[in-house]
Amino acid sequence: MALALETAGLFKQFGGLTATNDVSLTVEAGARHALIGPNGAGKTTLINLLSGVLKPTSGRILLEGTDITGLSQHARVGRGMVRTFQINQLFGDLTPLETLGLAVSERNGHGMDWWRIAGSRQDLIEEISSVLERFHLADVMNERTAILPYGKQRLLEIAVAIACRPRVLLLDEPAAGVPEDERHEILASIAALPQDVTVLLIEHDMDIVFSFAQRISVLVNGALFVEGLPDDVAKDPRVKAVYLGEEAHV
Amino acid sequence: MLTILFDGVAYGMLLFVLACGLSVTLGLMNLINLAHGAFAMAGGYATVVLVNQLGVPFILSLPLAFLIAAAIGLVMERAIYVHVYRKPHLEQVLLTIGLVFMAVAGTDYVMGSTQVFAHTPDALQGQFHFFGVGIGRYRLLIIAVCGLLALGLQYILTYTRFGSRLRAAVDDQRVARGLGINVNGIFALTFAFGSGLAGLGGALGTEILGLDPTFPLKYMIYFLIVVTVGGTSTITGPFLASLLLGIGDVAGKYYVPKLGAFVIYTIMIVVLIWRPNGLFSRASAK
Amino acid sequence: MVTPSLLRRATESLSARVRWHPLEIIFWLVAFGMIWLMPTRHLILTEIAWLGLFALSLDLIVGYAGIISLGHAAFFGVGAYAAALLAKHELINEPVLALLVAGLAAMVVGFVTSFLVLRGSDLTRLMVSLGVALMLRELANQFGWLTGGADGLQGVVMQPILGYFRFDMFGHNGFIYCLIVLFVLFLGARRLANSPFGLSLVAIKNNPLRAAAIGIPVDRRLVEIYSIAAFYAGVAGALLAQTTAFASLDVFSFDRSADLLLVLIIGGTGYLYGGLIGAILFKLMQDYLSVLTPQYWPFWIGALLVAMVLIGRDRITAWNAPLRDIAAKLDWRAGRRAAAAAEDR
Repeated sequence: MALALETAGLFKQFGGLTATNDVSLTVEAGARHALIGPNGAGKTTLINLLSGVLKPTSGRILLEGTDITGLSQHARVGRGMVRTFQINQLFGDLTPLETLGLAVSERNGHGMDWWRIAGSRQDLIEEISSVLERFHLADVMNERTAILPYGKQRLLEIAVAIACRPRVLLLDEPAAGVPEDERHEILASIAALPQDVTVLLIEHDMDIVFSFAQRISVLVNGALFVEGLPDDVAKDPRVKAVYLGEEAHV
Repeated sequence: MLTILFDGVAYGMLLFVLACGLSVTLGLMNLINLAHGAFAMAGGYATVVLVNQLGVPFILSLPLAFLIAAAIGLVMERAIYVHVYRKPHLEQVLLTIGLVFMAVAGTDYVMGSTQVFAHTPDALQGQFHFFGVGIGRYRLLIIAVCGLLALGLQYILTYTRFGSRLRAAVDDQRVARGLGINVNGIFALTFAFGSGLAGLGGALGTEILGLDPTFPLKYMIYFLIVVTVGGTSTITGPFLASLLLGIGDVAGKYYVPKLGAFVIYTIMIVVLIWRPNGLFSRASAK
Repeated sequence: MVTPSLLRRATESLSARVRWHPLEIIFWLVAFGMIWLMPTRHLILTEIAWLGLFALSLDLIVGYAGIISLGHAAFFGVGAYAAALLAKHELINEPVLALLVAGLAAMVVGFVTSFLVLRGSDLTRLMVSLGVALMLRELANQFGWLTGGADGLQGVVMQPILGYFRFDMFGHNGFIYCLIVLFVLFLGARRLANSPFGLSLVAIKNNPLRAAAIGIPVDRRLVEIYSIAAFYAGVAGALLAQTTAFASLDVFSFDRSADLLLVLIIGGTGYLYGGLIGAILFKLMQDYLSVLTPQYWPFWIGALLVAMVLIGRDRITAWNAPLRDIAAKLDWRAGRRAAAAAEDR
């Protein structure tokens, strides 16, 4: 199968600290791949490296076979690599409609009077509306993001990424901070992602991981520790040791 | 040429004393204080009044200028600045520009707009001649005082409890509070101290820089350049930046008078292109 | 799935952003009405016009892109001197053409310096903008043979606008000229602010990290808006030079940049009219105060700034909440649309 995402010997050092240690990860096209590991393992750092927020100390990143290591964040989005953030990163002054509209128009290479002839760009209105509908944001589409309840904000966080029409979607703890009863909306929208979108998911909630993932990578101290099918990883005694702390430090 | 160097060093040291309070408050409280020069001006006028009108000896007027400026700083901090710590930088810029306007116009009203000088004692006039190099006595005093201050500040920061609390609060305010460090007290004290230093610098500087009500506006850019180039995480950063700028300005004005004034701006722009957060600060600056 | 009513609501909300509000129409009718309503005050109205344009240009970078600039006078000054020099040396005699060239000159300076403003902290940006303005002032001072130095550029003679409308002593044609230029450029800014480009600027101001993460080329946008704002500021400076037939070093001064911030803040940032309203209020205030205390009026300006910040700008703009309610009620079309939307639900 084709590789949607691949890293080769990725290193990230902050002074004396090695946050990412020789990570060579492969994610197949259309995969549902989860990345787990104890706190401080470097999962978010890895996502930051993949999305371009951080520059690697060494190593390469390939998106669908093309080397994107030197590309800026926005250029990577143009190639289809989109991410969400563990802590909501939204535009307080904009409404969900405007936020999604912005993502969609950026992707299409906007014109200056795009809004004006909104009526004739019905296909784009449909696209925005469809995303609003799917993420249950239609009823709040004209509210300022800053005043939305947390659950809605989290939905918007993911909706915006979807509006960018990703080919590879990096989800950084999408259910983080969301109360139990609101989680199903988020999980349902992740499950409903089209098959041709490759998803790399960071999560702590093991129920979500095991119900979603076809393949799991375990990251410990910045390095890939174990990788394989969910059942194999679940049964692996080394993984249990890492999580339950049966390591040396007592 | 050595005289130029010497003068440049003196000017640089003076800039350091004037600007280091600004650097610390920016680094500590994330506060952009464009009115910093007003405290320098206060110290300068305090010295002028003390020496010229009250007959206080010049050397004695220096610590008095420090105390007066520090007192004003403490009052201002508690009354006004404390309200804008959490506000966005734009608000701080607006507030402090307003304070500068008030200070300049107010001083103009009270003191008149002509340039004034303090009567420096005869012992400080003139030059030594040291291996054929002319060393101005006054400038020598400046170097001595400022040099000692710089060393003293570095010592306090590095070796005392207060210093480590200050550095902790600069590094991460929330954690510092969590450790029980009285961050508000440190803020007030540091702001007062920085203003006092500015006042001292203003007092020392009247002889060299000239003192009139527009002082805060004229010299604001210099203090800001020192802080921007030197960064806000250390004392050595602004110190070296001041020296660089002081020597650059004096040498520039001497060797290429037409373009002399540009040297200081050019250095700033070049440094900021190369290191946007200053020569010595860590990239975590906001 | 996606219901027709949802589509309609979405379309409606998007196009509602662009529609002209009745208050806007009234504003411009009154502004143009001044030509006939206040014929004796055209000189000060001209000042308000170019000051409003200048403040509008600052709003583009402060209110929309979130860049704090203390040196916007740099572009204003370049425009002013360019226009004055073009007229004096008879390089371009027609004022409108000279205006455009002056604006372009300012735009080039803006473009070049925009790269310095992209990186670093708020303080860095502040410093760089201030530094550039002061450098230009120093340049103008040093090259006195060209600029007239501290005395200013004398001997500028303005030719008639479009070859027909003379700049008269009472400033009538000058005012109409400035007002038309202001209106045209305002229309441009309004188009820009309501477009995805304008929206992307607000996004960048709110959250530059996320903006990049949804594909917005942040640096490129900032360079673009900075250059456009420089063009606008340059045109404003050129209008000053053309209507007064004079240019001096104070076009670059820190005072000018600082006053401009005040103008914009009084009126409010981020909705384009703030600069215009602020210009009106500021000029009226300046007129009033400088009669009371000719020498010390900066003191009161400073006090006003301090008071505004301490009271809280959001609390001050809250005073126009009742006005906004009235404005909403005036917008009868919105009422009909809301009723139609409610029916759909």
